[in-house]
Amino acid sequence: MGLVADLANPSRFMAYSARVLPWLCAVAALLLAIGLYLTVKAPPDYQQGETVKIMFIHVPAAWLAMMAYTLIALSSFGLLVFRHPLADVSAKAAAPIGAAFTALALVTGSLWGKPMWGTYWVWDARLTSVLILFFMYLGLIALRSSIEDEALAGKLTAVLSLVGIVILPVIKFSVTWWNSLHQPASVLRAGAPTIHSSILIPLLVMALGFTVLFFALHMKAMRNEILRRRVKALQMSEVERAAARVAGPATHPAE
Amino acid sequence: MLDLGPHAAFIWSSYGIVALVLGGLIGWLAYDGRRQQRLLDAFEQRGITRRSASGTQRRRP
Repeated sequence: MGLVADLANPSRFMAYSARVLPWLCAVAALLLAIGLYLTVKAPPDYQQGETVKIMFIHVPAAWLAMMAYTLIALSSFGLLVFRHPLADVSAKAAAPIGAAFTALALVTGSLWGKPMWGTYWVWDARLTSVLILFFMYLGLIALRSSIEDEALAGKLTAVLSLVGIVILPVIKFSVTWWNSLHQPASVLRAGAPTIHSSILIPLLVMALGFTVLFFALHMKAMRNEILRRRVKALQMSEVERAAARVAGPATHPAE
Repeated sequence: MLDLGPHAAFIWSSYGIVALVLGGLIGWLAYDGRRQQRLLDAFEQRGITRRSASGTQRRRP
């Protein structure tokens, strides 16, 4: 909590992130390189054969799709309750990245489904709820871009994102609540994972690499957003100065 | 070359799309960051700076 409070100052966040970002990028690249190597070396699954390799990118993308939304909801809570100056920046920056990971989860799942289930898509509870999550992301991005007033857009988007968080438990438990073609949880479940370590280890390394990459992308997007707001503030002040110059002679006529 | 069995096209397509989307995201963020920095630099060159950056913040009484 102390770090979050310390970074409430955008200038302090810019200085901190400038130091941390290169390291995050390097760690993400290293983890993804190791993960890809382990992916290539992983044995084929006894049922799915080599198509199990799609799991090493599909599952991390799906986890991050949900994590990004959780981050948006937490940031939105931070904006509405604590009025943290960077909460809205964080929520805005995470939305397109979360949408990208959700799209990747849907597309790679589809490409995995065709050889395994015989179809690219079924209106199954898990697939449909993730599609709704993707539309939630698009809704957040569209709502924000349709309102010119940045503060109002932030608040309305925050309310919508908090309402939309109900989709996360539905996604998580959809495979338990309803009959589904999608397999039940095999890593994050009560008891030990049901995956053999030869496949679990590459999956966890890839998931960690994707997660670090996500935080690097999010930090970079936050930096960009802070710069964009600074540019906008300067543009506004320049317009105000120009308007004052034009209005000046009319209100204060020369003697 | 890796032998990925009869469903190799699905595996390659999945990895290709992930590389494309993540590469695009990284490229877009890098471009956007440079663009915003250039705009900010242009303001500074014209002598227009933020109060907090120029150190001319109003002092509280």
